[in-house]
Amino acid sequence: MELQNVWFFLWGLLWAIYFISDGFDFGIGSLLPFLGKTDEDKRIMYNSMGPLWDGNEVWLITAGGVTFAAFPTVYAVMFSSLYSALMLILFALIVRGVSFEFRSQVEDPRWHKLWDACMFVGSLLPAILFGAAFANIFRGIPFDGDGIYHGTLLTLLNPYGLLGGVLFLLFFLVHGAIWLAIKSEGELHERAAGAARKLWPLLLAAALIFLTASLFVTNLYDNYIAHPALFIFILITVLALLGIRVFLAKKSYWMAWLSSAVTIVGATFYGIIGLFPNMFPSSMNPGFSLTAHNASSSPLTLKIMLIVALIFVPIVLVYQIWAYNLFRHKVTKEELGYEEAY
Amino acid sequence: MDVLFLSRLQFAAATMFHFLFVPLTLGLSIMVAIMETRYVRTGDEVYLKMTKFWGKLFLINFVLGVVTGITLEFQFGTNWSRYSSFVGDIFGSLLAIEATAAFFLESTFIGVWVFGWKKLSRKAHATIMWLVAAASTVSAIWILIANSWMQNPVGYTIRNGRAELESFSAVVFQKWAILEFLHTASAAYVLSAFFVMGISAYHLLKKQHSDFFARSFRIALVFGLIFSIFEIAEGHLHGADLAEKQPTKLAAMESHWETRGNAPIYLIVLPDEKNERNSVEFLPIPGMMSLLANHSFNAEVKGLSDFPREERPPVFINMVSFRIMVALGVYFVVMTVIGWRIRDRLSEFPRYLKLMIYSIPLPYIASQAGWILAEVGRQPWIVYGLMKTSDATSPVATAQVFISFWAFIVVYGFLGAIGFYLIAKNAKKGPVAA
Repeated sequence: MELQNVWFFLWGLLWAIYFISDGFDFGIGSLLPFLGKTDEDKRIMYNSMGPLWDGNEVWLITAGGVTFAAFPTVYAVMFSSLYSALMLILFALIVRGVSFEFRSQVEDPRWHKLWDACMFVGSLLPAILFGAAFANIFRGIPFDGDGIYHGTLLTLLNPYGLLGGVLFLLFFLVHGAIWLAIKSEGELHERAAGAARKLWPLLLAAALIFLTASLFVTNLYDNYIAHPALFIFILITVLALLGIRVFLAKKSYWMAWLSSAVTIVGATFYGIIGLFPNMFPSSMNPGFSLTAHNASSSPLTLKIMLIVALIFVPIVLVYQIWAYNLFRHKVTKEELGYEEAY
Repeated sequence: MDVLFLSRLQFAAATMFHFLFVPLTLGLSIMVAIMETRYVRTGDEVYLKMTKFWGKLFLINFVLGVVTGITLEFQFGTNWSRYSSFVGDIFGSLLAIEATAAFFLESTFIGVWVFGWKKLSRKAHATIMWLVAAASTVSAIWILIANSWMQNPVGYTIRNGRAELESFSAVVFQKWAILEFLHTASAAYVLSAFFVMGISAYHLLKKQHSDFFARSFRIALVFGLIFSIFEIAEGHLHGADLAEKQPTKLAAMESHWETRGNAPIYLIVLPDEKNERNSVEFLPIPGMMSLLANHSFNAEVKGLSDFPREERPPVFINMVSFRIMVALGVYFVVMTVIGWRIRDRLSEFPRYLKLMIYSIPLPYIASQAGWILAEVGRQPWIVYGLMKTSDATSPVATAQVFISFWAFIVVYGFLGAIGFYLIAKNAKKGPVAA
């Protein structure tokens, strides 16, 4: 049915937007101990995401909410199967979120250290776990016909899952380092740009290994082989990935960041296209797999939700882009003096 | 301990903790918007200082509300997967609409508000706060529509082994949802008013920043007075609605066992659930329950004994929660009426001011009691009359839920303590020069 297919790709799009927006937050948080040499550096890092992180995180809520609304069976089986991983992500997001608000409230190095640690772990863990979770979904999850999961948290930490975790982390590290380069000046800017350049070869390597490993571990390429025109998406993604390095060398950081964003969207859709129409494939028996067609909501709900999405998602994008534009400038030392700064 | 019990404990802990922060967000956002608008209109710097001072407390509270809200949406899937597949067609879409139509607006614009002081005109900046306040309210509306559907499912049909949407407008505009929103929003405004009045009273007692806090007190007092009175009148409408749609909750909260006309309310009552009677009944108000339920002293009110045992909610906890909520509701009216009468001479009434400081936690207790009644009173149903809570859990391992439950307790306990410490610290410090 048409509506289910539309919703499947809209579902993928929401995840992709989540990864490009909150992705740089995860990257900067994970780089905090390495690039933030002084308290001032660290505060610039916090403030570089300060006005935007909360709005970014709502894409996750929306992706989750849409899974619940449009594909309730997927929502139910996926979230209960990935129980422990998801709980870890949620707790990480909680401590990360409050770190923004709490850190600047007390002037004490130990206090700062506590929230810096929360920011670091709260960014690193979701980056890896989202990657591991999606790689495992590509690979298939051991659950039965009643939607009961036959595995543990460790089941997800197989080599391919870990590779997915590392790949996502590298995506976000590069993405975050470029954002920080855009938002900072002087030494911190140089360090951020340098980190992006140094991490890039690792990202390229991880991406190539992942593309190859997927050939052996997953069925992602079946759709591409059936419709070879789809390979163009992989091509665009790889070109965008190469573009990051080109723009970094030219010091065009906005272009590098956009390339990185395109790469992340491309990588998400690489998996989404490969999965279609599967959403949560079972590794125990393909017959148990949940698809856009057997796990969706009623046509009426899908229709109403589509109207809601077509009205509100463009509006959200407009005002979020407006907000990004409002805060496009570099975070200056003067601004750190404002009482509302983190 | 089994998965069902642990999942219920975990959800209760997560929701109740979340709701420690939600009401203040709902009410204080509006008050801060009013303060900032007054600053824009009058140019009076005191209103700017007020906006910044109360805005800072608002933000600490806001972030805790946000992060604890995220987990709730995901817990339906992690812990209540059978519920989720059964109701996703309706309940899920309400949550998704909340995120797209409201939560985005709220979260994006709060960032703009905090960091936009120097980037936007005064007028635009104040408008942003109104958007945040409006978005919080719209957010509450959708969440409460979703909860109302669990309380009184409408607009659905059972098809493909689940509840599927039949009429969107029936779900969105049902009377229960309207009442529940009015009740919850008013409670939030009362809580916020007492929060602002209590902190203002602290400084007025210390005779510091007197003009600043007298004006803050005044704004909050108007809120508190209007909405505490409205809350009681509006609460009365729930009684009649309950009698019709959730008679078991009504009977449980009054510990009412036998179906009868001219049913009284006992101010003090102790249920004996095993023997289906009350072991203590004291201070009756004759016919009051009939009046509340059906607008007539003689109306018949169904008692718990007329419902099968396995369809009755626990009595004691609901009876106690109801009484706490009502008693505090009356107390809020009394305190705000007194406040209104002495509004121009507050500093002459130190004992009143002191009482107002200690009253800060009371609306919190009343709100929590209200939610206990709403949710525990609905038991044993997760969707009233449609699905039992015991049929709704996920097929997950007990150990997983055991660990996550304790993680919630530890992490939330820690963050809650820090959050309230920071709010108290900033509240005591008072306004800084703007």
